[in-house]
Amino acid sequence: MIGVGKIKQYTNVLDKPLSKGKQEVSLSAFAFLFSELVQYNQTQVDNIAELERRLEDAGYAVGARVLELLCHRDKGNRRETRLLGILSFVHSTVWKVLFGKVADSLEKGTEHEDEYMISEKELLVNRFISVPKDMGTFNCGAFVAGIVRGVLDGAGFPAAVTAHFVPMEGQQRPRTTILIKFAEEVKYTSFCFTLGGHFC
Amino acid sequence: MAAIYSLFIINKSGGLIFYKDYGSSGRMDTNDSLRLASLWHSMHAISQQLSPVVGCSGIELLEADNFDLHCFQSLTGSKFFVVCEPGTQHMEGILKIIYELYTDYVLKNPFYEMEMPIRCELFDINLLQAIQKDRVALLGR
Repeated sequence: MIGVGKIKQYTNVLDKPLSKGKQEVSLSAFAFLFSELVQYNQTQVDNIAELERRLEDAGYAVGARVLELLCHRDKGNRRETRLLGILSFVHSTVWKVLFGKVADSLEKGTEHEDEYMISEKELLVNRFISVPKDMGTFNCGAFVAGIVRGVLDGAGFPAAVTAHFVPMEGQQRPRTTILIKFAEEVKYTSFCFTLGGHFC
Repeated sequence: MAAIYSLFIINKSGGLIFYKDYGSSGRMDTNDSLRLASLWHSMHAISQQLSPVVGCSGIELLEADNFDLHCFQSLTGSKFFVVCEPGTQHMEGILKIIYELYTDYVLKNPFYEMEMPIRCELFDINLLQAIQKDRVALLGR
């Protein structure tokens, strides 16, 4: 009989349940694609700061979309409105969807109130990448920093996000730290929230 | 005691792109290693032409009095070869592992230019680990 075993047809696309998404993609395929992304951007720039900025912009577009998708898929169209909420959302939910694991650590900066750090022993995008000595402190994690900036910006917490190599004692390889520095107005908004939002 | 004396990687046109010494004696200077690499490249090519076997892919093992040379050619024409102690076993496996490390840490590295000398920190680290692991396995036997 024709039609037996066919997936149920929805007349309205909005009635269709949102798919869980594909859980895993090939790491090799991703590594080659990312490598090409870096190589292409390298041909378009003439200094390292510019390359970093371009990778970050590429990540920003991913971050903005990931936020949209995850809020819809996992959180029933709600998004985090609190600073620590959105940070732990990035650290766990976003990281898990993108990299298959929760980030190694989320810390508050010691020197500044508005700084937070997400650290990863071995960032997935850096798994196969050795940065040449003459490129100094350049880190391809700029792409991930861009993703984080995209998520935070989309959620209403504008921030400057940068990726850094941090040498570890007793470890051959440095770890990557994503440094998040929130914009001035974020402090004000979270202050309003603690007061119950009466003044905003 | 080192089972592997040295490791060479040559690109498809016979240029040396990676060389590493593991033995303590008989170190070669840069010029010698370059010369040896391109010499092997030509010998390998000649052996393919001379072989009576149809579809021969070139020399895989060269046995001499005081060393063995195992060679592995990838589909893209890069050749990996190790010079080791005579009678060392499982060198094909090691060469496969080295090839895998090359595809991972060299070819997936955006800062590596094809056919150029390999200068990748991660490749060096992982290669050393693989060679050491092999050495431990060898001593355990």
